[in-house]
Amino acid sequence: MILAAQAAAETPGFLSPSGVEIVFLLVGLVTLGAAVVTVTTRQLVHAALWLVVALGGLAVEYLLLTAEFIAWVQVLIYVGSVVVLLLFGLMLTKAPIGRSPDADSGNRPVALGVALAAAAALVWVVVDAFRTTWIDLDGAVQGSTEVTGATLFKHWVLPFEALSVLLLAALVGAIVLSRKKEQER
Amino acid sequence: MHLAYPAVLAALLFCVGVYGVLARRNAILVLMSVELMLNAVNLNLVAFDVWLRDTLHAGQALTLFTIAVAAAEIGIGLAIVLMVHRNRGTADVDRLRDTAERPGSPDDGPDDGGAPGTPTDETPHGEKAEATA
Repeated sequence: MILAAQAAAETPGFLSPSGVEIVFLLVGLVTLGAAVVTVTTRQLVHAALWLVVALGGLAVEYLLLTAEFIAWVQVLIYVGSVVVLLLFGLMLTKAPIGRSPDADSGNRPVALGVALAAAAALVWVVVDAFRTTWIDLDGAVQGSTEVTGATLFKHWVLPFEALSVLLLAALVGAIVLSRKKEQER
Repeated sequence: MHLAYPAVLAALLFCVGVYGVLARRNAILVLMSVELMLNAVNLNLVAFDVWLRDTLHAGQALTLFTIAVAAAEIGIGLAIVLMVHRNRGTADVDRLRDTAERPGSPDDGPDDGGAPGTPTDETPHGEKAEATA
């Protein structure tokens, strides 16, 4: 109780945001808007391109949270390869270039209701729980490449190696799934 | 920085992804929405790791693992979508209802495929192709 009162007294309010918070808020609005356009647009290729904006905005948010290495990994893996894979998938499934009227299925109102209810509940709970919690971004950088590499290869070596086996299995599985059958060759 | 900003942004992004998964018809758009949900989780992990100043940096390590697993997932998912598109000629998730339970016929397997589409003659071929692939 006393700790909570002290913490509430020490943390700055929401009405006097710092510069980092203002930038975070603006980039967050851009990211959220791009995500909404991604799930609502009727042009399939445009959805993939707006996904680039959303994922790039998230990389900027990681940079603002001083997690540099995660930010560059996000740019490399998501913006670099996942979106390219999605564009190749759209191309190979003969997606229409223009507006396709049947991009959304019939259960759109139900989906909207579920999403709005989940958003209201989650935002209420999160704001109520972390209203006075303050992230101290000053001091040593939390996620520089040096720190991340040291912790990853000092404490997380076994999961790292298991992950490489998983990636190999996914590679083999993707090749096996996408290989043409014998009689079609 | 208040922890509420990244937490609220992550919650909203997750809900946008939920809407996309439920409302989209094309399977590749569903995969894009899944990516949005995974990214919301990653933002939460990074924010809580920076807040807690964990000495092991478990949040950031788990974020890297999540990104790698998401890359594997998108590869396998796209391979499956491409295979379905090659066998059925469509990638719409609500037209792939071979295993759906019809409300009228409780345990009639083969003769319920005559309702919307025409896959009655190519369903065994498709199943055989998937089995041998």
